[in-house]
Amino acid sequence: MSDEYTDNKIETKSADSSSGSYAPPTENIPAKEAPDQELYHAKSFWTKWVFCQDAKVIGVQYALTATAIGMIGLILSWGMRLQLGFPETFSFLGPATYYQSVTMHGMIMVIYLLTALFLGGFGNYLIPLMVGARDMVFPYVNMVSYWMFLVAVLVLIASFFVPGGPTGAGWTLYPPQAIMPGTPGSEMGIVLMLVSLSLFVIGFTMGGLNYVITVLQARTRGMTLMRMPLTIWGIFTATVLALLAFPALFVACIMMTLDNLIGTSFFMPEIFSMGEKLEYGGGSPILFQHLFWFFGHPEVYIVALPAFGIVSDLISVHARKNIFGYRMMVWAIVIIGALSFIVWAHHMYVSGMNPWFGFFFATTTLIIAVPTAIKVYNWVLTLWRGNIHLTIPMLFSLGFIVTFVNGGITGLFLGNVIIDVPLSDTYFVVAHFHMVMGIAPLMVVFGAIYHWYPLITGRHLNQTLGKIHFWITFVGAYAIYFPMHYLGFIGVPRRYFEMYDSPYMTTGVGLNQFITVAALIVGFTQILFLYNIFTSWYKGEKSERNPWKANSLEWHTPDYPPTHGNFGKELPVVYRWPYDFSVPGSDKEYIPQDVPPSQVPTAKAEQT
Amino acid sequence: MRKKEFNIFKLLSEKPWEESQAAIDNEHDGKTLTLSKAKLGVRTIMVVSTVIFSLFIVSYSDRMLVHDWRSLSEPWLLWINTIILIFTSFVFHKAKILSDKNEFEKAKNYLLLVGFLTFAFITGQLLVWQHYVNLGQYASTNPANAFFYLFTAIHGVHVLGGLFFWGRATTKLFTKNFSVLKIKQAIELCAIYWHFLLIVWFILFGLMIAT
Amino acid sequence: MFVAIIFALIIVGSIVFHFWSPWWWTPVASNWGNIDDTIILTFWVTGAVFVAVCLFMSYCVWAYRYRPDRKAEYKPEDKKLEFRLTWLTTLGVVALLAPGLVVWNKYISVPENAFKVEVVAYQWGWNYRLPGNDGVLGKTSVDLINDENPYGLDLKDPNSKDDILVMDADLHLKINQPVKIELRSLDVLHNFYIPQFRAKMDTLPGIISFYWFTPEKTGEYEILCAEYCGTGHYAMRGYVQVDDEKDYSNWLAKQISFEKMLAKNSGKKLLVAESKN
Repeated sequence: MSDEYTDNKIETKSADSSSGSYAPPTENIPAKEAPDQELYHAKSFWTKWVFCQDAKVIGVQYALTATAIGMIGLILSWGMRLQLGFPETFSFLGPATYYQSVTMHGMIMVIYLLTALFLGGFGNYLIPLMVGARDMVFPYVNMVSYWMFLVAVLVLIASFFVPGGPTGAGWTLYPPQAIMPGTPGSEMGIVLMLVSLSLFVIGFTMGGLNYVITVLQARTRGMTLMRMPLTIWGIFTATVLALLAFPALFVACIMMTLDNLIGTSFFMPEIFSMGEKLEYGGGSPILFQHLFWFFGHPEVYIVALPAFGIVSDLISVHARKNIFGYRMMVWAIVIIGALSFIVWAHHMYVSGMNPWFGFFFATTTLIIAVPTAIKVYNWVLTLWRGNIHLTIPMLFSLGFIVTFVNGGITGLFLGNVIIDVPLSDTYFVVAHFHMVMGIAPLMVVFGAIYHWYPLITGRHLNQTLGKIHFWITFVGAYAIYFPMHYLGFIGVPRRYFEMYDSPYMTTGVGLNQFITVAALIVGFTQILFLYNIFTSWYKGEKSERNPWKANSLEWHTPDYPPTHGNFGKELPVVYRWPYDFSVPGSDKEYIPQDVPPSQVPTAKAEQT
Repeated sequence: MRKKEFNIFKLLSEKPWEESQAAIDNEHDGKTLTLSKAKLGVRTIMVVSTVIFSLFIVSYSDRMLVHDWRSLSEPWLLWINTIILIFTSFVFHKAKILSDKNEFEKAKNYLLLVGFLTFAFITGQLLVWQHYVNLGQYASTNPANAFFYLFTAIHGVHVLGGLFFWGRATTKLFTKNFSVLKIKQAIELCAIYWHFLLIVWFILFGLMIAT
Repeated sequence: MFVAIIFALIIVGSIVFHFWSPWWWTPVASNWGNIDDTIILTFWVTGAVFVAVCLFMSYCVWAYRYRPDRKAEYKPEDKKLEFRLTWLTTLGVVALLAPGLVVWNKYISVPENAFKVEVVAYQWGWNYRLPGNDGVLGKTSVDLINDENPYGLDLKDPNSKDDILVMDADLHLKINQPVKIELRSLDVLHNFYIPQFRAKMDTLPGIISFYWFTPEKTGEYEILCAEYCGTGHYAMRGYVQVDDEKDYSNWLAKQISFEKMLAKNSGKKLLVAESKN
């Protein structure tokens, strides 16, 4: 572990194999500067591109791995939708396979795609650059954290190939059914899932350590917490949540594994199953639910908060206007993060828990709507009196606002305990969480990739393909999930393999077919997006430096794209917050963070 | 640990766009806390572990109220292991004091003693497991058993993790040139971690004895 | 311009879809019409916010589209506006929460005269038990379940003898009589849900959960299991028949009590033993 206090050794770095513009600082370091971070300089191909300690490379590794496993999750969803929309035509999925698809799709998307992408992908790439650090504070641990993630993914994939197949317990893995014979994969599949999740938690604790400590302690001179871009605030708070919430998942996984493998009864009460009384007894399925949702609710904010932060910066840069209400935005992120720990049992209103808890959790859940709403107002007020470029990142940000407001509002329905009674476990819930956690953050992911792709690769993504990608994805996804709420109002339950001759639910048939067709169209469009990413890497239009004219530090590195060590000989010094757009009294349209006041001609100075 | 201007309300109420605030901010050195990164790292790990152990304890407290709870008998070996752990903390503390005074030759010996004692602790815990298994008290027999094995296992894994870092620090001490500051820090942090695990053990052991 | 119009159209389209949609809840057949009212209130409040925010956004996209000569406003914050918006939102939240909690309070306060019905869930079907003339359901235990005693009734409990066992997927209820559904499961979590009654609650092994409602319309209502319980989850069906007084008495008369079932079974055994001689 490299540490900052390197007992006054002057750093000498050997010329490394990355681009030669980084000269070793053998001369005196200015006295007021803290000693520079000691970086590991890779020499071989393996240590430069595979077992790399550069957070930028690690970030891309996370992103690629998350995208790959996300594609598997997407394909699983196609299977599910084909079964739901056209059960007679596509009867290759039996109930067991269907439930396995449901489970793996859910777990992959929430944990292995979204969490890994936002924290591991965007966090690793952007945090050191945006706070003015050369790399994360513990680069070796950071590298190990990626490989743990990869191993966790491989263990998850392995569960597809064991006898019994992957677990089909639903992504929520509720006992007793998760480890009982009526559920697919209840012997080996569930164990591999639990092991994979445990490995994931351990890996992300290592990564989280890096993100949190880098943000707290490794910022450059002049970078106060309140001068950080909201992207960093979002990712930072999400990481704090992750460090405190993942242990609950870890605890639940360990205890369920023991229940399954050695017959303990942490979660297993007295059970009479398939004609015989089981050896278990005394455990509580509700305990699992409490543990799972104590993790599970902060988890959705771990996905949402980075999205909030990133979209604030996207809107601000592309509307050429400071984010409205920066202080409230920071407060809102922090308050939402804190409150997220006291709302978890709104997932358990009909679980049979003590009904009096319903009052408490409904109240806290609806309170959390207030800071969230404030953020929405502030995003829209940033657009007001701005100068809006309808670039692809801006389009995706607008798409985010629409889908997030929609999804957040249906959350108000479900959070109000009595309304949750008819709606829980129906398609209303499915529509809600897809809209608010699938579509909205995904809009931000796409917008962020179009925004930062030039920084990472030096080229632009193809704009025509991008616009097609945006419109089909946004309108298509909205068309999938908005009508789905109404299936929930009818009362169609979730996790149903088929409607099974129900005279009651036949009204939903037309809608199911429409949703399936829309889902397939939107799904295939993502392949277009991947094509864009891979081809633009080597034949995309070359991007000028700082094409979006942003202020934050990641665009102001000596090399474009940034190389190992990020900032060249000297770390930048920060003189302002990142939202100085069209500052009155200056004729500059934007003022980057590392521009000192002396270099900003004011109107007054021009008069003299 | 002294925190710099660390009132979170004041901190988040600053107006970064105002000139007066900007003048103050320009002097900021980029650190929020006056802690070294490694120390902050160890503290974070301790927080995460505290959450893990607390959740296990909550589950334990919930479960012990159910009628099928049968407390385990207390083997005297557990008391021995506890004493070993306490002694280890003392030794580690002494090692830290020595290293603070740059007396690394003496500190080496104490560190070796720490390692030996910790391995003894782990062995002792495993012997307790063996003792119970021989009595037919498996994890699946009874929830109190299950929690005993679980608590000791998770605590033990944390101890093993600590041993990894102890190993790194101790082997460095035996090399010719080691960074003095780094070694001092490593010993200090390992010691803190060991004290933390001791407190965790007190709580777990105490809880199991009381019920 | 184009973009702003499309966004606005999506919002308008959502409103149109809402009012035109043939997919809407079925009329409520129990006393829980209050839940529907609370949902409608929520639609009005949140719908207004959704429409206002998104249309305002569309307007901004059009009105403040990029012009090289335009200079964006520089406004880090507006304390008064933010304050007002915060209070407005809080008011809206309270307007939703207060009625919701009042109805929830009713939901968990079972009326004194509620008729108890036990619903036993198992993979993958439903059985029922009524308390019989003494009005009390006998105690059960999973240990006691066997072929003769599929409910696991405690023979020593005097209340168990007259319990009426309905080992059928269909349950009959009397109209306008409040019913307390006591739920338990033999194996995993299930959920006894009839959409038209609006009420539901998970069934758990090892615990008895409950909810109550009063059926207010006769008819046949499909039961849908609403908590994932394995591969048969979607096929775990049944019907609740809400009868008027006469039909209900007819149905009740045909049901067997625990005592009678035990006698029948032991009677069978006697017959078998005798025939062997």
